[in-house]
Amino acid sequence: MRPGTVIEAPAQDFAWRGFRAGHWRDAIDVRDFIQANYSPYDGDAAFLTGPTPRTTAVWNRLTGMFAEERARGVHDVDAHTPSSITAHAPGYIDREHELVVGLQTDAPLKRAIMPQGGLRIVESGLKTYGYELDPQVREIFTRYRKTHNDGVFDAYTAEILRARKAGIITGLPDAYGRGRIIGDYRRVPLYGVDRLIEAKRDERAALDELWSTEDVIREREELAEQIRALGELRQMAASYGYDISGPAGTGREALQWLYFAYLAAVKEQNGAAMSLGRTSTFLDVYLQRDLDEGRLTEREAQELVDDLVIKLRIVRFLRTPEYDQLFSGDPTWVTESIGGMGSDGRPLVTRTSFRFLQTLYNLGPAPEPNLTVLWSPRLPEGFKRFCAKVSIDTSSIQYENDELIRPRFSDDTAIACCVSAMRVGEQMQLFGARVNLAKALLYAVNGGRDEISGVQVTPPFPPITSEYLDYDEVRAAFDRTTDWLAKTYVEALNIIHAMHDKYAYERIEMALHDHPVERLLGCGIAGLSVVADSLSAIRHARVRVVRDESGLAVDYVVEGDFPKYGNNDDRADAIAVDLVESFMSKVRRHPAHRGAVHTQSVLTITSNVVYGKHTGNTPDGRRAGEPFAPGANPMNGRDRHGLVAAALSVAKLPYDQAQDGISLTASITPTGLGRTPDEQVTNLVGVLDAYTDAGGFHLNANVLDRETLLDAMAHPENHPQLTIRVSGYAVNFVRLTPEQQRDVINRTFHESL
Amino acid sequence: MIATGSVHSWDVATAVDGPGTRFVLFLSGCPLRCLYCHNPDTWHMRDGHRTTVDEVAGEMAKFRRFIEVAGGGMTISGGEPLLQPDFTASVLRRAKELGLHTALDTSGFLGARATDELLADTDLVLLDIKSWDPVTYRRVTGGEVAPTLEFARRLSAMRKPMWIRFVLVPGHTDAVDNVEGIASFVSTLDTVERVEVLPFHKLGAPKYAALGIPFPLDDVPTPDAVLLERVRRQFSDRGLRTH
Repeated sequence: MRPGTVIEAPAQDFAWRGFRAGHWRDAIDVRDFIQANYSPYDGDAAFLTGPTPRTTAVWNRLTGMFAEERARGVHDVDAHTPSSITAHAPGYIDREHELVVGLQTDAPLKRAIMPQGGLRIVESGLKTYGYELDPQVREIFTRYRKTHNDGVFDAYTAEILRARKAGIITGLPDAYGRGRIIGDYRRVPLYGVDRLIEAKRDERAALDELWSTEDVIREREELAEQIRALGELRQMAASYGYDISGPAGTGREALQWLYFAYLAAVKEQNGAAMSLGRTSTFLDVYLQRDLDEGRLTEREAQELVDDLVIKLRIVRFLRTPEYDQLFSGDPTWVTESIGGMGSDGRPLVTRTSFRFLQTLYNLGPAPEPNLTVLWSPRLPEGFKRFCAKVSIDTSSIQYENDELIRPRFSDDTAIACCVSAMRVGEQMQLFGARVNLAKALLYAVNGGRDEISGVQVTPPFPPITSEYLDYDEVRAAFDRTTDWLAKTYVEALNIIHAMHDKYAYERIEMALHDHPVERLLGCGIAGLSVVADSLSAIRHARVRVVRDESGLAVDYVVEGDFPKYGNNDDRADAIAVDLVESFMSKVRRHPAHRGAVHTQSVLTITSNVVYGKHTGNTPDGRRAGEPFAPGANPMNGRDRHGLVAAALSVAKLPYDQAQDGISLTASITPTGLGRTPDEQVTNLVGVLDAYTDAGGFHLNANVLDRETLLDAMAHPENHPQLTIRVSGYAVNFVRLTPEQQRDVINRTFHESL
Repeated sequence: MIATGSVHSWDVATAVDGPGTRFVLFLSGCPLRCLYCHNPDTWHMRDGHRTTVDEVAGEMAKFRRFIEVAGGGMTISGGEPLLQPDFTASVLRRAKELGLHTALDTSGFLGARATDELLADTDLVLLDIKSWDPVTYRRVTGGEVAPTLEFARRLSAMRKPMWIRFVLVPGHTDAVDNVEGIASFVSTLDTVERVEVLPFHKLGAPKYAALGIPFPLDDVPTPDAVLLERVRRQFSDRGLRTH
């Protein structure tokens, strides 16, 4: 924040008419503006309206293109123009009928190339879909301009390269955009670009007082880039005929200004997750003012939201098959966080919170934007019931525990990607993918050799040689292995983020943050339930090791039964808790890039399939190649007492040791929720309240029949919009690989909750 | 008080055995052999785990808070819980002490074994009336219907809330008169909150295969929507809330 002066321009007087004054007028402070001006809504969904013919017509124009895109993988790519905020000419879906305009390139669904992240990824992406990179672009990014990817490989250590190749550390954003940065896009409608530039100039000027160390020089350069990016944003908007140098004066302008700001970000960055933030209640202030002034009807307000959401549904990036294997279904994580409570006890639910959810009816179910409800048992009943109804009807929303987030972050916190909380405009994340803890356990047994290749990946240490595994011995070896893993991991992340800052800096997203920004280092673990069950088997049953002729442990025979994670049984759950706590403390030992605060997630996205594929037999009886459970889920079929018992096991994982989020995905059949629609809603609300009350962090709620999924596998053409939540995001089911489709279907389907 | 019982399993489920989210305890042992039984693994008491009331109470306690917030309770089911009436009474007592809403899921065949004390600790009875016609009842279950009807009258007289459940099996229990008989009887009871018509399904078939027992209804189709609607209407036409 900066002590600024209020520019008393006439345009601003109009734009801010009727708003209650506050600190927000003197400084960039969107939260303060919302708190001073929003109108909580505690009613039900009866006021909502359906789609207008205009909305339906614009949407239908796209749905025809989606079929073609699905068949070919991409609809089209511009292989000649490295993307930037201003690189492409304006594009439209249907110029005459769009209410909110702007596309990433000059045509809908045409993907851009973003070589700053890495040229190889661009070339491989293009080749996959039959395109050739413009030779001039190749020359620029090989001869004259270095990429993030090049920089990272210049600095990786030999150990990191071994760990990466072996797949014990994977999915690293060393060749693609790190994402998980949310610009505070609301600032643009509230203040206009000029005021934001002025504020950034002040921040930049304040650095003149400091001695020019490397850190200070970098920050000055970054702020200069941010100012430049804001100028480009203004220019890009002007190319669409909008002057956004001043604040927005109407609801429609507010949506348009906000979307331009977001659009600039997705024109500039191919981030893994390009989340929107927490915009609905902010936008509601403008829509409500228009409604009060008689400028707008409810039908028109919904139509504006529908049109914005259409735009958010067609954000596209050019990605490679390897990337899709990790994060399948072409996700962009345009995550919008809805609801939650204010720290003053008023719910942050407005009519526009409902309107965003209503788009799932007006436009049909869809994976994007990734609609995320910040749940609290204290939310108004009408909103809770509507959320539950939308879940039951569309399986398209996810829930995160507002009662865990708000006290640790703030009431103006949004989710980036799947489960990563951050204060909007104040914090950003250095995304770190995840390590494979199951493989680490196998390394512990094998003295650091890979169970598949036999290669020595860690510095050598003595392997375990006993016929039967001893718990204490394995635990000690695992401890040593994960010491090494945490160190190697944080070191890799530091290199990645130093190079990302240097070669693929998120200029516009960072321009919409305060300076200095607080950084979070988003580490992550995969295979939690595999390791917890394996250690439980070693402790409570007998596990015999099968070794090959070289002495490498390649299989495990479990003799006897053992408690399994996912049954609300402390004997197994306590092991999982300990794994989360101990890995977090190991990560914290290693200083992070630019003083970032270490966090971790228990989240796999869809990579649980590919991690499993690259991991050998494990001591819990899991066969080599079998998928892990997604996120913090128990292993398939081992949660024998129903979803609630599984959810309570997951809820034991301590959020303070995994503040980047703990993900649970559950599929329930509709009849398993109740006999009538009303009863189903009541029961889902009850379960969400109770899970939140128990300290559960995240829930993907799918309400589906297994038969529907099987039918969609056989006849994808009949289910183009079938949406299913996987770990942390939603996908069109028909866009998953057959392997992943089978994984989803095989996962425990709860006939009842 | 009997401190141990023969328990098949437990789980926590929503909307299947009573209102809301419930801890459901399945006991082992059943005097009936319903042709459509989907839990043949609960027929014999000897196959269950000897479990103490304390153990059950310990498990229930772990879910008490969740159930309290979500809304729901506990259901004792089976098998036939009234085959172990003392254990069932003890479990229900402990559930009440934990503040849980309680439901007893029974065929009523052994209703006479339910003491007034047991029923005092029961908030809701899920009563299966498997058929009206005594011949049909005997053929489908191997038992007699009279004790169930008597139990239902007793529950009504003592003002005990009931959910009546009827499993609809095409060609076995679906005769118009058979359904009419149940509906007519149920409408004479004062405390029936709802009727659940449960369509026959074959999800239990793999259990028969695992136990090496032939599944007697292997070639019986599941009821179609028309039949289901007809039967539900037979109940709802009498003013019964029917699902």
